[in-house]
Amino acid sequence: MPVNEEARVGFYICHCGHNIANMVDVTAVAEYAAKLPNVVLSRDYKYMCSDPGQEMIAKDVEVFKLNRIVVASCSPLLHENTFRTATSKAGINQFYFQMVNIRENASWVHEDKEMATLKAKDLVRAAISRVVFHKALEKKKVPVNPDVLIVGGGISGISAALTIANAGKKVYLVEKEPTIGGYMAKFDKTFPTLDCAACILTPKMSAVLKHPGITLLSYSEVSAVDGYVGNYHVKVTRKPRYIIEEKCVGCFACIDACIFKEAKFSDEFNEGLSKRKPVYIPFPQATPQVVLIDDKTCIHFKTGKCPQTCAKACDRNAFDFDQKPVVQELEVGTILLCTGFQPFDAARAPYYGYGRYSNVYTSLEVERLVNASGPTGGHVVLRDKSKPKSIGIIHCVGSRDEKTNKWCSRVCCMYSLKLAHLLKEHTDAEIYNFYIDMRTPGKGYEEFYDKLLNEGVHFIRGRVAEVSDWAINDHEKGKLVIRVEDTLIGMVRRIPVDMVVLAVGIEPGKDAQDIRRMFNISCSNEGFFLERHPKLAPVETFTDGIYIAGACQGPRDIPDSVAQAGAAAAQALALIDSGFVELEPNTAFITEELCCGCQVCINMCPYHAITFDDGKGKSHINEALCKGCGTCVAACGSGAITQNLFEDQQILSEIYGLLVE
Amino acid sequence: MKYLYYPGCSLKSSGKHYEISLLAVLQKLGIEVEELENWNCCGATNYMSINENYALEITARNLGIAEKQGGDEVIVPCAACFMGFLKTQKYMESESGIRDRVNQILNHSGLSYNGKVQIRHPLDLLVNQLGADALTRTVEMPLKDLKVASYYGCQLIRPYATFDDQWNPHTMDDIARAMGATPVDWPLKSRCCSGSMTSTMTDIGLRMNYVILKEAKSRGADVIITACPLCQFNLECFQGKISRKLKDDVRIPVMYFTQLMGLAMGIPAKKLGLKQMLSPSLVLN
Repeated sequence: MPVNEEARVGFYICHCGHNIANMVDVTAVAEYAAKLPNVVLSRDYKYMCSDPGQEMIAKDVEVFKLNRIVVASCSPLLHENTFRTATSKAGINQFYFQMVNIRENASWVHEDKEMATLKAKDLVRAAISRVVFHKALEKKKVPVNPDVLIVGGGISGISAALTIANAGKKVYLVEKEPTIGGYMAKFDKTFPTLDCAACILTPKMSAVLKHPGITLLSYSEVSAVDGYVGNYHVKVTRKPRYIIEEKCVGCFACIDACIFKEAKFSDEFNEGLSKRKPVYIPFPQATPQVVLIDDKTCIHFKTGKCPQTCAKACDRNAFDFDQKPVVQELEVGTILLCTGFQPFDAARAPYYGYGRYSNVYTSLEVERLVNASGPTGGHVVLRDKSKPKSIGIIHCVGSRDEKTNKWCSRVCCMYSLKLAHLLKEHTDAEIYNFYIDMRTPGKGYEEFYDKLLNEGVHFIRGRVAEVSDWAINDHEKGKLVIRVEDTLIGMVRRIPVDMVVLAVGIEPGKDAQDIRRMFNISCSNEGFFLERHPKLAPVETFTDGIYIAGACQGPRDIPDSVAQAGAAAAQALALIDSGFVELEPNTAFITEELCCGCQVCINMCPYHAITFDDGKGKSHINEALCKGCGTCVAACGSGAITQNLFEDQQILSEIYGLLVE
Repeated sequence: MKYLYYPGCSLKSSGKHYEISLLAVLQKLGIEVEELENWNCCGATNYMSINENYALEITARNLGIAEKQGGDEVIVPCAACFMGFLKTQKYMESESGIRDRVNQILNHSGLSYNGKVQIRHPLDLLVNQLGADALTRTVEMPLKDLKVASYYGCQLIRPYATFDDQWNPHTMDDIARAMGATPVDWPLKSRCCSGSMTSTMTDIGLRMNYVILKEAKSRGADVIITACPLCQFNLECFQGKISRKLKDDVRIPVMYFTQLMGLAMGIPAKKLGLKQMLSPSLVLN
């Protein structure tokens, strides 16, 4: 085993309660490590990350004159920083420390204690043989750009943008739709207070537009992200509206003048329940209040033979049919992702007949139907214009279901109660809620449920089997029949209704995977963005300087989204106000005497960190851009590139330690 | 493409008219089939519930013979056989333990199944491969003004088949339409006909058949077409008894989709097994 005479290693193994000690014989590992070369001291301890654990290291350094520390415990992701700090506090350079993960890599993944212990010993031996060749390094401090990028202009993005801008920072808010507001803008009322969604949202939307600190980039998408924490370079593609945004005042004269006298294209904002023209504005309070042209339906773009009556009607010359996508480059220090969710596609639950029976609606469609500015002016009428006398609301469509999505979408019980209340108010129909369990935890939520119970709404406990138009008696004729096992009375029931509402669940957005890749963050199994720690770092990601808030991280309602947006804003502000970030020193550098100037490394670098110095005829690595991937080190034929913390001697010695007892 | 044909027990006995009409239609369409040599009963659904190991083995034997006989696809018309075949294939494909054990047994008779032969239902072949247009071209007497209720039963398209929409199947509707008839939209296309309960728990079995017949009639159907010998048997043979017992006339012709096709294609009635039906008076005039 390689020896460095000067190295005096202190080794510590953690029980992590029972997490490690149950499957790895920690005392045996400690005894084994004590006998390895360079090891001066070896101990096991219940919780190394606790204060006494850390203080023990400091005391030992003093008493035993240690100059290298190895801790075998959990993942470096969780506690490397803790132990580096402890090492540093004990008076040793923090990079004289090496961590061994014997929890995720040994105790948690094995069932044979003897073999797990053997593996732990191997890993420990590798770390000890490596650490003796570690060198003292310093972390670099880089200033943080105080500007912030927020992606997604739903309620989460809007809240975070206002908080950060109110703290005096510059915010770029990027929204892919023509307007901000997100799904909340489509809702009629909000639970449990029943205040009007528009009344509380639109002031925030216009505050975003008016705020001098916020630059709103609507109808735009992030197309590239580069850089690192504190210094991100972002490219935003602004899609063509074919309207010059600054000139349009939202008078809508062009919409009236459109060659299509009747609106005939499906209106996305009203969930297809009404029609719009090719030149349109999503809804009256859209922000910014600027019209746009849908080039897939516009006669001009389809045939080139349109008299352009819309443009002629515009007295501000705001039309520009030649607009092309424009790429805008931004420099920001931190990024907040508030990219939201998508509702479950009800057609994926064909047994409920969505798309087959015209009187089966999704909850989002019903939000528009009960809305005063919706397609029917707030009158709840079916597609044949009749008023429903009985309505069934089916919970958990695309939630808590092995066949579709396993998770609880958290909001559906409450919004179903809200819709039940609103539908009762609008139609005085008999309302049936079909639920598996009522989940109403939240301030005022259970009380709202109680209120609904007293309003005469029916609650039937059981997952609905199917919706069909199969009538077995006159009473059912012409109705939709909901078949369900009522688990409280233990019987299969058939409930005939005029209208069925499917309470669709919350899913990761359809572009979540693209966003994840672009921003280099992780997703959990179901596709929602992964937080750094589910309890202690719920808005941070594994990429420094990138935060998440709202339903892109998991199903949540408006209060929780706003709270999380505040938390993410606070994290970004904390980083900005600290002024700088410390960068890992695991970067590569070039020994100029050895560099032959072949420039092979330059093309290999994925981060464009290497440039060529023509004067010297040598390559040069910008350490601020280097991510420490090691590609150039391996590619260099002259052996001129070295990477801190991954020097040849350190790696070879680690491999030797791993393989040779 | 070499098509093998596995009739199964029903198509040689109570569902003889399914076999006769199927072969006549395939011949008319120029599709040659070769019957599997020395085939055995698939065990139907009953055997699967009693001893899954044996059930998989006897079905796999048929698949092994098909592979030995050198076919690309084996056509399995009976809904119960079809499901049993698919289940066996799926288990042998995804569970290496089952595959090895079953093949070990098959080896005793010089057979093995390695997934080379694909399992095909005639509906899949006719609609998804040949296509409705090709079928229409063979029609000599379009079935104008005929309203057809397609009935699939519970096991043809669930849980393993992928050739049709599992919740709202349409391949038989496509065929009816290609023959010039009008399919009726109804929600009981894949509701259970009670299987063998018409003999074991007669009251319940008859009741289950009653709702299917009743709904098809109330939707205005002139005829029910099906692809399952047991469904056809239940719906046709008991309808007189059901009508008497429940005092509601639910009598309606129930035929195989291949018989309907044969009529439209101008194949003589006796070559379609129409004479073998129990209620010939109800057959279309």
